[in-house]
Amino acid sequence: MRCGLPALLCGALALGLAGCGEGEGVDDGDRELTVLAAASLTGTFTELAAAFEEAHPGVSVRLAFDSSATLASQAVQGAPADVLATADAATMQDAVAGGAVPDGARTFATNTMTLVVPADNPAGLATFADLDAPGVDYVLCVETAPCGAVGATLLAAAGIDAAPASLETDVKAVLAKVAADEADAGLVYVTDATAAGEAVATIDVPDADAEVLDYPIGVLEQAGDADLAREFVDLVVSAEGRAILTRAGFGVP
Amino acid sequence: MTTRAALGRPPALLVAPAVLAAAFLIVPLVALVVDTPWGDLWSLLGTTQVREALRLSALTSALTVVICVLVGTPLAWLLARVDFPGRAVVRVLVVVPLVLPPVVAGVALASALGRNGLVGGPLRELTGTTVPFTTAAVVISHAFVALPFFVLAVEGAFRSTGAGLDAVAATLGAGRWTTFRRVTLPLALPGLLAGCALAWARSLGEFGATITFAGNFPGTTQTMPSLIYTELQGDVEVARTLSLILLLVSVLVLGALRERWLRVP
Repeated sequence: MRCGLPALLCGALALGLAGCGEGEGVDDGDRELTVLAAASLTGTFTELAAAFEEAHPGVSVRLAFDSSATLASQAVQGAPADVLATADAATMQDAVAGGAVPDGARTFATNTMTLVVPADNPAGLATFADLDAPGVDYVLCVETAPCGAVGATLLAAAGIDAAPASLETDVKAVLAKVAADEADAGLVYVTDATAAGEAVATIDVPDADAEVLDYPIGVLEQAGDADLAREFVDLVVSAEGRAILTRAGFGVP
Repeated sequence: MTTRAALGRPPALLVAPAVLAAAFLIVPLVALVVDTPWGDLWSLLGTTQVREALRLSALTSALTVVICVLVGTPLAWLLARVDFPGRAVVRVLVVVPLVLPPVVAGVALASALGRNGLVGGPLRELTGTTVPFTTAAVVISHAFVALPFFVLAVEGAFRSTGAGLDAVAATLGAGRWTTFRRVTLPLALPGLLAGCALAWARSLGEFGATITFAGNFPGTTQTMPSLIYTELQGDVEVARTLSLILLLVSVLVLGALRERWLRVP
């Protein structure tokens, strides 16, 4: 057994280890700011980070996008980061309660939900209520994620009984399933629909405005450079930041 | 024991790293057990969602093993015994899923078997059936990630038993099928069972490919790992307890198998 299992596993392990330790080389004088942001902020925060780097020469912004709950629990566990931005108040509240956001958080954006269908709308949906038609495969976030909790409320309010085909763990997974035409429809944020552009078509959700999600942002307890972190938050709530957020479909308070 | 006296004490150079390796594997598990709120275990086991996830995990992992045995064993035999052109390439390609991140495996499966996929598209047009969001899709995801482990283990077993006895059987007049059935397979049985255990364990823990390709819905596609990940987004304590349930079940089954089938001489 020359080319056996152990040899291959060892090879795989070596590859894995070689991957560690990247991105740790910071030049002297260079400062680094790490921002944890909800998945739905991917586009806007990438833009905001570029604007921040431009305004602060020598500073590089590292962005980590994940579900709000994951990021909040990472922040409480002391993940090395400076700023946390979540997609709902509840997950931020968990982080505040866990002592990760000592100065509290402020709302910088709002979002509502919409229904997206693949560009050619294979199931021929015209209204939100059509989700109840037989044979429609729609996807939703799990209820533990903000998008899932709001989505379930909207479905219940519209009296839709049909069960979704799948409960995705975050909103990007919902959008991906619809954009790839694997599902007939999905409930996502207005901003996700805007970002997806031509890949999807949107259908208005009745009373979507009744379920507005607040996006809070705060400086983390473990921030290496709290002043720099505060400056980033200032940029997000500045006129420039608001313009970037509005262009992506967010509401601003 | 006489052999022990003759061989001398185990060298510290081997014992020390061995102890370190064992501790490295065991400490996180102990931490999980210690941190788990045991009181919730029974009440959680009673919920429909957990029972459904357990049932689905048991069903899909068992089916995965069956698929591995049915198609993996012949593939392992082919790779070990038949010298065909391109064998080296095939051997590398079939183990690629080992190094593929499971989520990428899910994306690959969706590209192939999704309703607009390379195979899934024509399949949908011809038969009207789609694969994603079904229990079958879960089994397909599991088989995709588990099969390479199985093939590696079994091919290793086939090769280590050697082709010599096959040749002897042939000189005694046995055809190739008879040789496989009466000589090759029985000799490789311990390796085959080890491969089954590997495939089963890999299937039970599989999550990334499943959630990407098959989706996540209670009763049809939500296995234990998917449920655990879902709960991690909400109640971490529940996720911990569920992890422990999965851990207990796996240890019980693997322990029983080891006693019965995988006993190391």
